[in-house]
Amino acid sequence: MTEALISTKDLSVEFLISGSLFKPKVLKAVDGISIDIPKGSFFGVVGESGSGKTTLGRALLNAVPIANGSATYDDGEMKYDLAKMTSTELKDYRKRAQLIFQDPYAALSPRMTVRDIIAEPLEVMGLTKSREETDKVVREIAAKCRLNLEHLRRFPHAFSGGQRQRISIARALVSRPQFIVADESVAALDVSIQADVLNLLKSIQVDMGLTFMFISHDLSVVAHTCDHVAVMYLGRIVESAPTKELFNNTRHPYTKALFSAIPSLDPDAEKTGQRLYGEIPSPTNQPSGCTFHTRCPFVQDICKQQVPKLEVSDKGHSVSCHRWKELMDVAAL
Amino acid sequence: MKPLIDVQNLTLLFDTDEGRITAVDDVSFSIMPGEIMGLVGESGSGKSVTAKSLMYLNAPNANYADESKILLNTEDVSLDVLKLTTQKQRNVVRGGAISMIFQEPMASFAPAISIGKQMVEQLLLHTDMSKAQCKELSIEMLDRVGISDASSRFNQYAFELSGGMRQRAMIAMALSTKPKLLIADEPTTALDVTIQAQVIDLMRELVDEFRMGILFITHDLGVIAQTADKVAVMYLGRIVEQGLVRDVIRTPSHPYTQGLLAALPKMDDLESPLKPIPGDIPSPLERPTGCVFNTRCGQVVGDVCRSKTPAWTETSKDHFGACHLYTNEVNG
Repeated sequence: MTEALISTKDLSVEFLISGSLFKPKVLKAVDGISIDIPKGSFFGVVGESGSGKTTLGRALLNAVPIANGSATYDDGEMKYDLAKMTSTELKDYRKRAQLIFQDPYAALSPRMTVRDIIAEPLEVMGLTKSREETDKVVREIAAKCRLNLEHLRRFPHAFSGGQRQRISIARALVSRPQFIVADESVAALDVSIQADVLNLLKSIQVDMGLTFMFISHDLSVVAHTCDHVAVMYLGRIVESAPTKELFNNTRHPYTKALFSAIPSLDPDAEKTGQRLYGEIPSPTNQPSGCTFHTRCPFVQDICKQQVPKLEVSDKGHSVSCHRWKELMDVAAL
Repeated sequence: MKPLIDVQNLTLLFDTDEGRITAVDDVSFSIMPGEIMGLVGESGSGKSVTAKSLMYLNAPNANYADESKILLNTEDVSLDVLKLTTQKQRNVVRGGAISMIFQEPMASFAPAISIGKQMVEQLLLHTDMSKAQCKELSIEMLDRVGISDASSRFNQYAFELSGGMRQRAMIAMALSTKPKLLIADEPTTALDVTIQAQVIDLMRELVDEFRMGILFITHDLGVIAQTADKVAVMYLGRIVEQGLVRDVIRTPSHPYTQGLLAALPKMDDLESPLKPIPGDIPSPLERPTGCVFNTRCGQVVGDVCRSKTPAWTETSKDHFGACHLYTNEVNG
């Protein structure tokens, strides 16, 4: 196995919400997550809204403070402890780790030309010395993202969603980062364009040898792009495995329910899948024991009392459920 | 039986600073009572504008062509929506015979007025019931769509509800006036898959119960396959394919529909790469001549695609495609 570019141990992120000065109320958005993202991999994170997947991505970019645990970045050249960073280190880390946002309509300034948008990181980070050099780098990266010279002169409003997302990607890539967090980067796009952007991300990753963390709520998209998938629920990882293993050998009832909720293209498909009732509980008021027990169709007393451990087993497949072994025989799911 | 709504040759132009834009071009379809029709297409294909026309809700710079007709037939009314001239007449349609649920329920509820007050307000406007009766009915509807503890939810504000709950409240509100036709504009797009499955189940149940027609707008063919009876595929303001869901999804006749289906990530085939439709949807200011899809189509058969609008061909029973692959122009 290749070495990990990003490695976390019991990583937690907390937000302070309301409450009085002496009795602050804490919201645990990410709760004790340990993951290794191998170099050059396409690491997927899925979950419903409110599961903490975005916060996890931000913590790895040092965009939200880490409350507990550790997270390290190691690209062979530089090594950083993300929990304790000086501002100089952070400045350098920003060149190495970048974010692609969800909504390409909101992420681009309407008053800047596409050239300026892509060039801005270079200028801010002082990566290029002259305007000529900047232009050259911008053109190179734009060509990689299939934007031509004509496009660079225009303003974002003249572009469609797919083209805008390609501009966002070009901007994220221009500082030659090693690590990219793509947060729901295709969720706002039409299916016909979505496939195009996914293929582009994939080819860039292979081309430039990047490491991606791909955050999405769409299991079918994740299945097609990622090498490894982690499923999150209420700030915790409930199941994590290489993509094929996860899809062929699903263990956690939550992951199974997510699968069966995907509308099938076959109009006559029997709705055999397990429906999930209710909604994800509020993270300020987390259920005891296994946090999924309020919606789990197979809940037993033990689930309400004990927090299940993340059991690591063969093939890099880990699952956090008290009953997964016996549930493997339940074919109905 | 007469169709509930019969849209004939709907053409809609918008006057903008940059010129006249054709948003909807010669669109015809009909929906029977108790039928769910899906309307699929990319953003910019004119789905929402078409739906809004049914309630005469488009902006004042909209121009409807003279030959366009939107015929509404219910037990109480029989009229052409586009011929209504006064606000009062239009209110019979808006929220009365036709209700609409929107994509983003957070943006559709007023944030500073309680859910209940908003529900009662529209009932007072459309029915002769007293305030107390309206409240009773509203709570009953909230209960019906699966909102627990409906009487206390009645007094809450939109921000206090979760996304799925808000969409349920929106559905309850739209159905409380007992509309004959419900327009659902991407009702599940902003929701998680698990909640989406719940909302889809709910909508199917409600159709059976109230016998209304639904126009279901979405860009997700999977959602259509699970909900609709028939489907129309739109591209740049035109319907390019129309038929029963089963036929359209199993044997798509138009290259655009085929492309949409091929672009979907499929769970049973993770190995093969995704096939995007090349290019982007053109700006409505630069509408291609001939077949609107010719700039992205991989099966262009000749100049005829760029010069002539394809006529409808019945490729199988009750399944129509508008493509030159099936017209005689190619062979002739």
